[in-house]
Amino acid sequence: MNETKTEALSSPWSGGVSPFAMGSKKLGMWLFIISDALTFTVLLVSYSYLRFANPDWPRPFPFFNAITFSTLMTVVLLASSLTMVMAVAAANRGLRDTAVKWILATMLGGALFVGLHLTERMHLIEEGVRPFSNPWGPPLFGAAFFGITGMHMTHVAIGVIYLGIVSLGFGRGKFSPEDVEVSGLYWHFVDLVWMFVFPLIYLMSVKH
Amino acid sequence: MSAHGHTVASHAEAPARTFVWVWIWLVGITGIEVFLGYKNIPPAIMLTILIGLSVIKAALIMAYFMHLKFERLSLVFLLVPALVFCICMILIFFFPDSARLMHMRPH
Repeated sequence: MNETKTEALSSPWSGGVSPFAMGSKKLGMWLFIISDALTFTVLLVSYSYLRFANPDWPRPFPFFNAITFSTLMTVVLLASSLTMVMAVAAANRGLRDTAVKWILATMLGGALFVGLHLTERMHLIEEGVRPFSNPWGPPLFGAAFFGITGMHMTHVAIGVIYLGIVSLGFGRGKFSPEDVEVSGLYWHFVDLVWMFVFPLIYLMSVKH
Repeated sequence: MSAHGHTVASHAEAPARTFVWVWIWLVGITGIEVFLGYKNIPPAIMLTILIGLSVIKAALIMAYFMHLKFERLSLVFLLVPALVFCICMILIFFFPDSARLMHMRPH
């Protein structure tokens, strides 16, 4: 009886012995990512419903410079993902100082993204866009745009702080390479969300 | 090593060169998306292509940057259905909106 039980628990599908072959922190981050993906999904579904419910939904972004500017933001965020990958690889190889430098580069990319995003928002606010009014039509455009991009920008800002804590802890030897990898998962997820926000919010609203 | 002290199976890792190539692909696909935004393509076709390209980008990020390619298949089965569900939910209203745009709005 005991042997059968032990055999069952040793199977990855039985849930007995680390079914995903990873530490609890990493699995916890993956589960958080699923729940956060659902949060962004709800926001994007609401946005798409508002578009559908308002036939005169504005398409206010001229290619020059709104789209080129948001493209620059996208490239900056992608670049920060590459530096994060390098940080995780260096941490796994035991190169503590190198990993910290790559994390700092990632934080710089994140901070730059937030700065660019705030600049873009200021332009829209100068054009008269507010959460519940705008010069172009359906008043909820502002709420949808500021809500979704603001939620993403908040994630990036939190990510920069999170990476700051991880770099300090890892640099001092208090955190393990797994901690760096877990923070990397969060950072890549934020990048991944932007891969949907950018085309659906910006590219589907180009002013022609 | 997990917090509980038991050893977790180590897994293979891609070389740095692979990550750089993935990044180049991601930037390249973004370039295609932006080019489509520049051209005046009918919204429903535009949305179809954009979602297709975004799914490819998401798959590249998850597989290589998030290391999913080197994790157990059980984790893939845990994650992918949830994300497919998310994308389907987003498209429920986006597609009718885009299809209607082709008939309602001047380009």
